[in-house]
Amino acid sequence: MKAKHQRLTLVLLAVVALVGAGVLGAYALQDQASYFYTPSDIAAKNPEAGTAIRLGGMVEEGSIQRSADGVTVEFIVQDGSAQQKVTFTGITPDLFVEGSGVVADGRLDAKGMFVAETLLAKHDENYIPRELEGIDMTAGKRKTETLVQ
Amino acid sequence: MIAETGLIALWLAGALTLLQFILGAVGLRTDREAYFAAIRPVAIAQGLFVALSFLLLIWLFLRSDMSVKLVAMNSASVKPLLYKFAGTWGNHEGSMLLWVTVMGLAGAFIALFERSLKTRTLVATLAAQAFISLGFYAFLLISSNPFERMFPVPADGQGLNPLLQDPGLAFHPPTLYFGYVGLSVAFSFAVGAMITRDVGAAFAKAMRPWVLGAWIFLTLGITAGSYWAYYELGWGGWWFWDPVENASLMPWLAATALLHSVTVLATRDGLRAWTLMLAVVAFSMSMIGTFLVRSGILTSVHAFAVDPERGSFILALLALYIGGAMALFALRVGTVKEGSRFELVSREGALVANNLLLSVILALVFIGTLYPLFVEAITGDKLSVGPPYFNLATGPLALMLVAVMAAGPLLRWRRDNPRTLLNRISIPILITAASLFALALFTTGMSILSLLGMGLAAGVAIASFAPLWKRNLRRTPMHTYGMVIAHFGIAVALVGMASEASFTEEKLVAATPGDEIVVNNWKLKFEAIEPVAGPNWTALESRITAQYGDGALHPINPQNRMFAAAQTQTSEAALLTRWNGQLYVVLGDGDSEGRWQIRVWWKPFVTLIWYGGILVALGGLLAMVGRLRRGYKQRKQREFAEAML
Repeated sequence: MKAKHQRLTLVLLAVVALVGAGVLGAYALQDQASYFYTPSDIAAKNPEAGTAIRLGGMVEEGSIQRSADGVTVEFIVQDGSAQQKVTFTGITPDLFVEGSGVVADGRLDAKGMFVAETLLAKHDENYIPRELEGIDMTAGKRKTETLVQ
Repeated sequence: MIAETGLIALWLAGALTLLQFILGAVGLRTDREAYFAAIRPVAIAQGLFVALSFLLLIWLFLRSDMSVKLVAMNSASVKPLLYKFAGTWGNHEGSMLLWVTVMGLAGAFIALFERSLKTRTLVATLAAQAFISLGFYAFLLISSNPFERMFPVPADGQGLNPLLQDPGLAFHPPTLYFGYVGLSVAFSFAVGAMITRDVGAAFAKAMRPWVLGAWIFLTLGITAGSYWAYYELGWGGWWFWDPVENASLMPWLAATALLHSVTVLATRDGLRAWTLMLAVVAFSMSMIGTFLVRSGILTSVHAFAVDPERGSFILALLALYIGGAMALFALRVGTVKEGSRFELVSREGALVANNLLLSVILALVFIGTLYPLFVEAITGDKLSVGPPYFNLATGPLALMLVAVMAAGPLLRWRRDNPRTLLNRISIPILITAASLFALALFTTGMSILSLLGMGLAAGVAIASFAPLWKRNLRRTPMHTYGMVIAHFGIAVALVGMASEASFTEEKLVAATPGDEIVVNNWKLKFEAIEPVAGPNWTALESRITAQYGDGALHPINPQNRMFAAAQTQTSEAALLTRWNGQLYVVLGDGDSEGRWQIRVWWKPFVTLIWYGGILVALGGLLAMVGRLRRGYKQRKQREFAEAML
């Protein structure tokens, strides 16, 4: 390497590497970012089965059903105007109760059922998942009960 | 009275910081010795007052003084003493006070002990440090006074978020703050050197211990945070690529790059402008991290402030400091002379590769973390970027980085022969190839990334010790040992990550007492469900005994805890650690038929992830102590020689 141009070469190398990272990153984001949907959004936009989606809304009163295997739950998430059926296999988070806010990561299956991989519920009295702010949840009556039986 | 004294101390410290800045700025302009002489004591006094203020806040928390709003909102009188103490920074105001306290003490430390820098550069550094602190003092005093009183005085406090009631709270936030603030000091050094046009080896040697120190604390803080999330959340994962985690990873990546480039600057006087740039980036990343975490823009257990005023304040500070630093860099980079040169195949060349790869990884993490915020601000669409993106984008680059890490220390400074490098590294390459072959043959279901990671880790583990080959071990400097141990730690962590990703076995069942659950070679017997009580919680605990093969019986009892003060519930996973992995059990809900959800993971060698992190930090510590000792000896020798003349 010609000594005089070493610094320039290094700068160019750094710029190329960073721009390359930016382009690659942007390209990967197209495929990998998962959009946030409310049940109304799903009804309106009809996302393809199999794309990663983040679903948010309130758990409908009386909709939580535990299946016979004891580890799968089915419930309905609603946002006041639309409803979405969700199934989840796993331990439901602390404070996952009917009428509480919930955010689920997962995909729609061919039958229109939302298969959740992770489930986040309202953490405490002061906490609302950021995505749920501004959505009218009053349609789902709140119920104050604790999870411990 | 304690609260008022604390507030006065805080105001005094803020005023002294302003004085420190003015002394520095005017002193540099007029070149008066008197100003230079005064700045050290002022910096020390500032550190003492802010430390006093913080101690008083701790005292208020320990006394559970509910007339102070912050204590009433975030503490309760019935709470273990440790959490009263650590709860001091388990909230927005307290954590900000901790930040300025660490910053003030760092300034005092520089004023007391830094002797090798030119006076002007030191003064400029202290002035820059004061300028950064001023913003945080203004933030505290104007919009987040921790000592505010409350009327009427409530009977008891609202308690601390149960997720935070863990010994981790005493350790994880302060270590990360030490790291962030250490980077701010490195940044102040860079600003000082830029202002006085004194960028060279001496400046790099003065900055290096701070970079190393910051990096050690960040490493420990991230390792601790990862383990805390692992056992507290009960999800069985150790890294979720959550924006809050990325907020601590980004400064670490920048600090790692800076740590390596500052070594080039200190030993070979090369990479001058690049090192300055990295110092600016590293500090910017710690500011952005603070902004992401504390502004309430992300919802998480870390976000205390929901007040938009506070978010805007941090954003304004962020823009001021980063913008100012970038502008200063752009103005002064032309005056920074080019350092000494090197060939492509050389230690410097490998370190440049390390820096480029780290920067690209940093850029990818940065893009993925901020993209959702960016899109939401522009289009209003809400989206999230999760593990698939981050693993895909950073995984292959991280493996390349690890490969460079194996080769770099075996290269000579300035120029080396590619063929002799190949000779030196042939054994690690053979080991990597052999282990890749063995893994491909004897295991199933490993992802390509884990497979490569495991194979590379085997080679790197050997290669990391190669710098000690044929050397006199007693005369090898301590910082070389530090490097060896830190690099070995990376290999250890990598084995843990690949093993956890590939060989974890999991079972989720609804069990009634008396049932048996089998995972791998483990037999778990679900004995009973029983209520238990702690100091400020009650819980349901499942009594389970675990047996490995025909081995001894071990109790493993996960709980569901109910906290009285906050009316919230947390699940406490139970862990059983063996030399070859961890058994991880979580208790879920019960149903009407008397069945309980139980989830069991067997995670082979998962603990290596955190042992690796501790080794990396230990390596950093050895390097730092070694460098400081050597610097001290050299100074003593110089002073002795001068005295003889």
